[in-house]
Amino acid sequence: MSLRGRDGLGGRAAITGIGATEFSKDSGRSELRLAVEAVHAALADAGLTPADVDGMVTFTMDTSPEITVAQAAGIGELSFFSRIHYGGGAACATVQQAALAIATGVADVVVCYRAFNERSGRRFGSGVRHREPSAEGAALGWALPFGLLTPASWVAMAAQRYLHTYGLTPEAFGHVAVVDRKYAATNPAAYFHGRPITLADHAASRWIAEPLRLLDCCQETDGGQALVVTSVERARDLPHPPAVIAAAAQGAGRAQEQMTSFYRDDLTGLPETAVVARQLWRTSGLAPADIDVGILYDHFTPFVLMQLEEFGFCAPGEAPDFVAKERLPLNTHGGQLGEAYLHGMNGVAEAVRQIRGTAVNPVPGAERVLVTAGTGVPTSGLVLTADPQGRTRSTTGPPLHL
Amino acid sequence: MNGEPEVHEEFEARLKAYEGRPAAATGVGRDPVNEPMIRHWCEAMGDTNPAYTGPNAIAPPTMLQAWTMAGLSRRPERTAAYDELLGLLDESGHHAVVATDCEQEYLRPLRPGDEITFDSVIESVSERKTTKLGPGYFVTTRTDIRAGGELAGTHRFRILKYAPARRPKDPKDRKDPKDPKNRKDPKDRKAPEERRPRPVVNRDNAGFWEGVARHELLIQRCTGCGTLRFPWLPGCNSCGSLEWDTVEASGEGTVYSYVVMHHPPFPTFAPPYAVGLIELAEGVRIISNVVGVPYDKVRIGMPVRLEFRRYDEELVLPVFQGVTR
Repeated sequence: MSLRGRDGLGGRAAITGIGATEFSKDSGRSELRLAVEAVHAALADAGLTPADVDGMVTFTMDTSPEITVAQAAGIGELSFFSRIHYGGGAACATVQQAALAIATGVADVVVCYRAFNERSGRRFGSGVRHREPSAEGAALGWALPFGLLTPASWVAMAAQRYLHTYGLTPEAFGHVAVVDRKYAATNPAAYFHGRPITLADHAASRWIAEPLRLLDCCQETDGGQALVVTSVERARDLPHPPAVIAAAAQGAGRAQEQMTSFYRDDLTGLPETAVVARQLWRTSGLAPADIDVGILYDHFTPFVLMQLEEFGFCAPGEAPDFVAKERLPLNTHGGQLGEAYLHGMNGVAEAVRQIRGTAVNPVPGAERVLVTAGTGVPTSGLVLTADPQGRTRSTTGPPLHL
Repeated sequence: MNGEPEVHEEFEARLKAYEGRPAAATGVGRDPVNEPMIRHWCEAMGDTNPAYTGPNAIAPPTMLQAWTMAGLSRRPERTAAYDELLGLLDESGHHAVVATDCEQEYLRPLRPGDEITFDSVIESVSERKTTKLGPGYFVTTRTDIRAGGELAGTHRFRILKYAPARRPKDPKDRKDPKDPKNRKDPKDRKAPEERRPRPVVNRDNAGFWEGVARHELLIQRCTGCGTLRFPWLPGCNSCGSLEWDTVEASGEGTVYSYVVMHHPPFPTFAPPYAVGLIELAEGVRIISNVVGVPYDKVRIGMPVRLEFRRYDEELVLPVFQGVTR
């Protein structure tokens, strides 16, 4: 009944380790090696060893199987392994899988990872020209003969409708592009480090798939990111303050497709994100006003606006103004537009750093962070919070249901 | 040899030094301009111009080079300079050659009896160019053709000396041409990657594409609850029924949304181009192209009308003609 009620997962598990490789345009090594390096870094950060791991989760799109990463990383027997489908929509769901396994005693320490050479290897932005005649292939197949072939173009179809419905111009997307690069400019790990942009830069950047410009599009990145999840109790004994998984949710809408949900409703929102939002608010007991930092999946700017609206931070059509006025610290690492495109996993790491107080752009007193995953696809989200037992400041929001 | 010769300025300077040097020393036409060769040429070309026959006949101007040719038994009188230039290019990996084009200028007609002399100069050597065949240098020679010592015309001839680009190594690209499976229908010369992407057809949607082949745009209708649906699926999202029939779309619709594609470029699609999400009068939507309207004039709400267009031997698509008011 989790579409209608609070679930029992909130507050049971925590992210206790984060680790990544460098983010680059050409890693010079295999995707498997990137995965192993990220897993080692995350375990070291957690104060754990490969021998402690008994569960692994990744994306169906990842080319490095759980067993092979385990084999190369010095990890032994696994009692839990799982993969989530739907591209970047899997990001927060890997953590949900880990939390489910931990809450039910199926595993004690679960590593979630994603690693790829998305710039020097297979570039998603180069488009699709062929699909096998599976049900999944056929769904995308309706768009291919007509030349709608790229992720940017699939997002642009909804973005055009959003602008039309609310009487906006493509500048509406520029606010997201500018805010993300502002934070990236002060993040040494970011591609846009030292390079803030202006609305004029956004407006001058070339069209990719109108109404989307180059600066509306995320990075293409080589790299790996891993996260270590364990029980809140165990996390309290480890070096870093736990980032408690106060709520974790997946969501798919009615008549959901992967990037091509063109045949339902009015194309101005993200119904799958609404499913995630309802569940995160119900289980965490929090509301938009309680959130200190938002890490919203940003492969393309328009869907950041729609997410803010679906989560209830503002009314439909008002997100451009909400972002322009910086009413919520947003993508404080620079996001995937500014830092790196790690299929959303680098965003989860940033949420953990904000709660630890170790982010390069720290939001003072940040204790409640919303993180989301790939949009336009079946998606997922997390509310991460500081450990209520370790809290030093009094809270103004409603009590957490732990 | 690795087939990818190094470029350096010093090498190009050496090539450039051959510009202006003779390519052929003073040559003499093997035969004077004569009626039998003119007649053979006109027969081969199918040229019935009366100027080339009769008592005051002239030679077809395009025969200009023919009068200088060495014939089968004799090597052309190339200069050492020209041989050296070609040798330099051979040694640097540009061992393949293709004639690219020729230009001729005609100053006076040639008539039977004219004695031909000619000389040839290396007019230019290009910088290194990247071509589909491989990287290489264009070498242009200019031959001045004289009749009785008087300049009658010039003949500029350009070749590309190149390092052949590597052939695909994938075994599936090395098909046995004798295998009938691999014999291409002459009507279907385009490689798959040069054609529009194919529709993805399976058992659940084959009926739609069969309809398109008959120039019918078919919408599924649930016979359980009457809901129309697109895209095609085996069951109804409203009631879950697996029973359905089809209705033919009237062909009237409006642009519900659209995208103008700029980057990256794809074969057969010349950016910028517009892709529309068309809402049919029946209420369902379909991705298609808006045709007959410039890409920058497509707008949400624009009325459109269905038509069927053939894109190649195999592909017919339902597209929508913009209706301008």
